[in-house]
Amino acid sequence: MRIRPVGAHALLLDCDDTDQVEAWRAELTRRRAAGELTAVEIVPAARTVLLDGVPDPDRAATLVAHWTPYPADPGGSAGDTPAAGTTPTGGTPPAEVEVPVTYDGADLPVVAGHWGVDVPEVIARLTGTPFRVAFCGFAPGFAYLTGLPPEWAVPRLATPRPRVPAGSVALAGPYAGIYPGASPGGWLLVGRTGLTLFDVTVDPPARLAPGTRVRLAATA
Amino acid sequence: MTRPPDPGPARRLEVLRAGALTTVQDQGRPGWAHLGVPRSGALDPAALRLANRLVGNPEDAAGLEVTLTGCTLRLTRAGTVALTGADADVWIGDGRLGDGRTGDPHTGDPHTGDARRTGPRPHLGDRPGDVGRPLAVPAGATVRIGPARTGLRTWLAVAGGIAVPPVLGSRSTDTLSGLGPPPLRDGDVLPLGDPAGDPAPVDVTVGRPAPPLLRLRLRLGPRDDWFTPAALDRLLGTPYTVSPVSNRVGARLTGVPLPRAIAGELPSEGLVLGAVQVPADGQPLIFLADHPTTGGYPVVGVVDDVTPLAQARPGTTVTFHGPQR
Repeated sequence: MRIRPVGAHALLLDCDDTDQVEAWRAELTRRRAAGELTAVEIVPAARTVLLDGVPDPDRAATLVAHWTPYPADPGGSAGDTPAAGTTPTGGTPPAEVEVPVTYDGADLPVVAGHWGVDVPEVIARLTGTPFRVAFCGFAPGFAYLTGLPPEWAVPRLATPRPRVPAGSVALAGPYAGIYPGASPGGWLLVGRTGLTLFDVTVDPPARLAPGTRVRLAATA
Repeated sequence: MTRPPDPGPARRLEVLRAGALTTVQDQGRPGWAHLGVPRSGALDPAALRLANRLVGNPEDAAGLEVTLTGCTLRLTRAGTVALTGADADVWIGDGRLGDGRTGDPHTGDPHTGDARRTGPRPHLGDRPGDVGRPLAVPAGATVRIGPARTGLRTWLAVAGGIAVPPVLGSRSTDTLSGLGPPPLRDGDVLPLGDPAGDPAPVDVTVGRPAPPLLRLRLRLGPRDDWFTPAALDRLLGTPYTVSPVSNRVGARLTGVPLPRAIAGELPSEGLVLGAVQVPADGQPLIFLADHPTTGGYPVVGVVDDVTPLAQARPGTTVTFHGPQR
């Protein structure tokens, strides 16, 4: 892990892999809850964790350099750490969210082609994969789910669809994701869910916050 | 976006002419970036705080951010308003037009030209006001804000604040994610809160004229190593121009492209206010209040203070300087 300065009030932790990102996200969130770190935002991403709204970044960088995060357990049970608050109001993510998915996406045959298997095998692999929310972005509540082996990565559509319906379950690169609202999108559609993923009247508003473990279960 | 419910016959702000882009803004919704929720908020937060002080509001009350062409509003009950930011004509009227109609001509006035292009003219019963002072507005009176004389944006605070329901702790319109109330439209009615206190007895309302050249302090990183030394020389040694496609998300710049030292794709990473991101075309973009929470192009540096960009019209020249040069 390498610490990079970002402007006058932020730091970027440049990590080796997604497991280290999750470990640092959980560690920094815990340290903030314990009053050992001041940061308005702790933003995990693909290979980095951003600390923003840091009053004294030099001091924070010195502190962080002396901390050691617990290793993340990919898709396992150790993702939940004590006091891992994920919202300003202190909500914590559920241990695991089971997302009911109807696997009837238009791009299932395309995914099957990339993976060299048939469509039932694609569905079996997706339902059998323990996913974890690596980070959110693109839109409020849009979670990037990791857990698929890197060799199953798939390309985006050459031309994005102008409108992907809310609840669409899709793949791109090494990630799975679920569109919280209707939007343009270039990910490969594998299914859909009726689960509400982002609701500003709920705390936390995002069902799939970073660190949350996820199962994309097939509905009957 | 859901439109606010009709607040009923109470303290309200009626939107007679919404203008090009008028949005509700407060100090934004920080603390949710890890869920993909942008910060949003007024593009010049200090200017809105000042307007709030001038009418006796808490500094974090919601006001209006009025862009370029002005707008016309009506208060159902007597109150105080104040404007800050770009200078503009302000007229407090009795709600009548010269021809006896009330409201504002939506289709343009044959004598004065299209009101939406030229801005309001004084009407029967109007009296002029100033940007930077508390203005008393009688019940039923109109507040006409003309086009910005220089710069782009004016903030309007009303005693009591705009009382649309907060979303994740903020009433701000986020033009990227769609959170908060939608941009104002002609005919909208906004609820106002109860005035909280007296206007600040003394305050400093030094106007910030929009200079034709903005000199922005830049700190390199976190991804300056993705660019060639020649690119960093260009960035710190060449003027750039604010592009017309700039908005609340970011100020897009045009100028000499910044060549990359690393050609590959950068995995998405968290973004901060003022980040100077360089997309594949090599033309930098400075992220403003409605910036996305993560981005996949390298950030060459971060601008210390983006508030001058709130008044940067297309064509404004921008240069960067840093401790390095």
